[in-house]
Amino acid sequence: MTDTISPFVGGIVGTHRLRKEDPALLTGESKFIDDLHIPGALWIALVRSPYAHARIGAIDASAALATDGVVAVYTGADLEGDWAGPLPCAWPVTDDMKNPPHLPLAVGKANFAGDAVAVVVATSRYAAADGVEGVVVDYEPLEAVVDVRDAASDRLVIHEDCGTNIVYDWELTPDPDGVAAAFRDAVHHVTETYVHQRLIPAPMETRGVAVVPAPHNGDMTLYSSTQIPHVLKVMAALTLGVPEHKLRVVAPSVGGGFGCKLNVYAEELVCMTLANRHGVPVRWTETRTEAATATIQGRAQRQTIELAADADGKLTGVRATLLADMGAYLQLVAPGVPLLGAFLYHGLYDVPVYSFTCRSVFTNLTPTDAYRGAGRPEATYAIERAMDALAVAVGVGQDEIRSRNFIPTEKFPYDSPAGLIFDSGNYQPTLDRAKELMDWDGRRAEQAERRAAGSTMHLGLGISSYVEMCGLAPSRTLAALNYGAGGWESATVRILPTCKVQVVTGATPHGQGHETCWSMIVADQLGVDPDDVEVLHSDTAISPLGMDTYGSRSLSVGGTALWMATEKVIHKARAIAAHMLEANADDLDFAGGTFTVKGSPDKEVPLAAVAFGAFTAHDLPDGMEPNLEAQVTWDPGNFVFPFGTHIAVVEVDEETGAVELIDYAAVDDCGNQINPMIVEGQLHGGIVQGVAQALWEEAIYDADGQLRSANLADYLVPSAAECIDMKLDHTVTPSPTNPMGVKGVGEAGTIASTPAVMNAVVDALRPMGITDVRMPASPMTVRRAIEAAGGSS
Amino acid sequence: MEVSVTVNGTRRSADVEPRTLLVHYLRDDLGLTGTNIGCDTSSCGACTVLVDGRSAKSCTLLAAQVDGAEVTTIEGLATADGLHPMQQAFHECHALQCGYCTPGMVMAAISLVDEYDDLDAAGVRVGLEGNLCRCTGYQNIVRAVLAASE
Repeated sequence: MTDTISPFVGGIVGTHRLRKEDPALLTGESKFIDDLHIPGALWIALVRSPYAHARIGAIDASAALATDGVVAVYTGADLEGDWAGPLPCAWPVTDDMKNPPHLPLAVGKANFAGDAVAVVVATSRYAAADGVEGVVVDYEPLEAVVDVRDAASDRLVIHEDCGTNIVYDWELTPDPDGVAAAFRDAVHHVTETYVHQRLIPAPMETRGVAVVPAPHNGDMTLYSSTQIPHVLKVMAALTLGVPEHKLRVVAPSVGGGFGCKLNVYAEELVCMTLANRHGVPVRWTETRTEAATATIQGRAQRQTIELAADADGKLTGVRATLLADMGAYLQLVAPGVPLLGAFLYHGLYDVPVYSFTCRSVFTNLTPTDAYRGAGRPEATYAIERAMDALAVAVGVGQDEIRSRNFIPTEKFPYDSPAGLIFDSGNYQPTLDRAKELMDWDGRRAEQAERRAAGSTMHLGLGISSYVEMCGLAPSRTLAALNYGAGGWESATVRILPTCKVQVVTGATPHGQGHETCWSMIVADQLGVDPDDVEVLHSDTAISPLGMDTYGSRSLSVGGTALWMATEKVIHKARAIAAHMLEANADDLDFAGGTFTVKGSPDKEVPLAAVAFGAFTAHDLPDGMEPNLEAQVTWDPGNFVFPFGTHIAVVEVDEETGAVELIDYAAVDDCGNQINPMIVEGQLHGGIVQGVAQALWEEAIYDADGQLRSANLADYLVPSAAECIDMKLDHTVTPSPTNPMGVKGVGEAGTIASTPAVMNAVVDALRPMGITDVRMPASPMTVRRAIEAAGGSS
Repeated sequence: MEVSVTVNGTRRSADVEPRTLLVHYLRDDLGLTGTNIGCDTSSCGACTVLVDGRSAKSCTLLAAQVDGAEVTTIEGLATADGLHPMQQAFHECHALQCGYCTPGMVMAAISLVDEYDDLDAAGVRVGLEGNLCRCTGYQNIVRAVLAASE
């Protein structure tokens, strides 16, 4: 195994350090999008189709225009000429992928309930909302396609010009004959079908946009609650034909994203074009109901997974087939979401042959796209649920079936059957430690006692071992997957004359704590106080280069760029210090912020003196530029592959169907940790988000395509009362992909926890003959499963 | 209509539409944007403030209903000497990530601690049921509230 060890020796990286982001957030000083004070701004509100599928007839705005404060109303047809192109989809996964035009305001036909058909411009947010009530749209309702299998049948085609609802078929089967042989010769052949319900990402801050034009100067500033100001700038320029150099995009404090703010949305472009038309600022803040219908949703897949195994339960082949719901249109990276899981349906198990196929379809529902984990939670769910089924078939424990199949540690870097190279891994210790934390044998004994006593409160134990690929990503790999952009990240490190440090990063935080962690990295390298490091981000005028934050990429890609930029600055500072000390640069040590001559520790110069000398430039080495600054753009050579094992214990009430999560243990390995406090925080939140898919959350649509859970009263984002304290531990297997030895942890909890909980639910009910429970495992769903199995009624 | 409220110890007033929600009055008319809005259904608690010392969801009250009352918002907690003990506990326990729910969560927690003498973890969890957080999984919030209650 090719471990790198941590390059950090400054005593700062690896410690629990409180966040520098907190004071502003704790006192109300932080400015989220709706907090911005923008004098003279007009407000917009969108008129949205109440029908999932309808032809748009005449639109009568006369009552709206007569409403106090309403300035104008525009229909989709009115603005059609404003768009240089449709809303962008940056991931055409196949050359023949169907991608019908997706205009910011629909023209002719609305294709989901929530599709915007007109916009009201008014002097206040209340007046804009009043105006929406006064717009009368003559809709001709059409039958809606709400089920993916129905969609795939093409019984009713949504986008007539495409001729089909099938967006693409994509296959990854490196060795078809090998796969056929594996299943032909299998002693055990497990076939499982699972459904991933639609989820609503629901960051606590909804989206919002404010556009400030400078009509005479030609500049425009787009403020948006987005994860991707840099990507948005390019895409908005292309969609509106705005010169990119005249456009500045700012993400103010962003109140969570979870993938749903990794997009280019209609409202951003509508505000831009209306700011142009009216010559004044235009703004919009999303309501929670809009956030449920007009912001992307996640998951929404049907999966079939087959495992071939020998008599001992050793896997000999894995075959997965997906039917994925793209919703009504293709949002920014939606087609690629299944592909982000496509390589991982064999999990962290050593399998010789592999096959993955995916068909994606349009439906008349809200578009889907990346939601925390994006493809990897779905893959992990399928393999981890199926491994439990295999354990039953073979007659061994859930722990034993995993241990028999883990990729052996000596095989790393591991050439996966799907064509990836897993960078580093050591899986068994995470399972062992998780069992220890959970008192696995004790829990099993308790379960047996309850069963023997005939208790109706059933105990269930569920394991989920996972590996994920994150740190998006090598640009060449993305190119091979037809992704429309690169996967690099940029960082600049600037030592100011007084030895304070400015860091500019292209990563765009929205709760993760980049400012704290980036300060720690730089401070550790430079030997300065982390409080003397300022991290600048999220504004394209300050940070012009970036690929932003998603896919657990910030640290392993953006952090690495930062580490390298700091090393470059130290290299230059060393040359200046050598000049000052009249020594050879190679003869200098640098530690604790001071350069010393090896063997002559009294000959030293502090970094502060070097920084000031670089600023005055009075006596620099011949040919050296003044100042201490370096910029690095880093494009990684591989993904990183975090892993771990989670164990959930649930109690299922046979009589009510209620499932309660009563214990949870997680042992994760994200390589070297910069700030363990932040790692734990990411895991806590991630785990709960995954548990929520298992037990509570679902975007429930009726047969007409109406969302029945379009607010936080009906969509069950968990509160503190449903959640429990989790037991966390970790192992450290550094990544050889980057010099810091780091992986990612933003999505790991969500990826791991859903199958752990559902395996526990099924484990509790298995004596009744139940082998699957559809998510979320609500009391009603569980009761129906019990009744269908002939259990108590 | 004219609405006057003592906010964070200072008498403030503004002329507003009768239908103005307290949260919009605080944010848009008084410029106190620390109180956030997270939903349309009084479900999330991001807008929690103290009205006459007790927590209230300011999206669920009209400004007119609190005319003459004392309101404390997140901006009214910290002093020149530093953060309020509840804010400090949230900081020390890493009880916030994106920070959007935080002002409401802190206000609700202050009210909860004020109301109950012997809070345990279960009591905190039930007591904060009306405040949603999407980032933290609540574990560190519970820890922070217990720490501040001691």
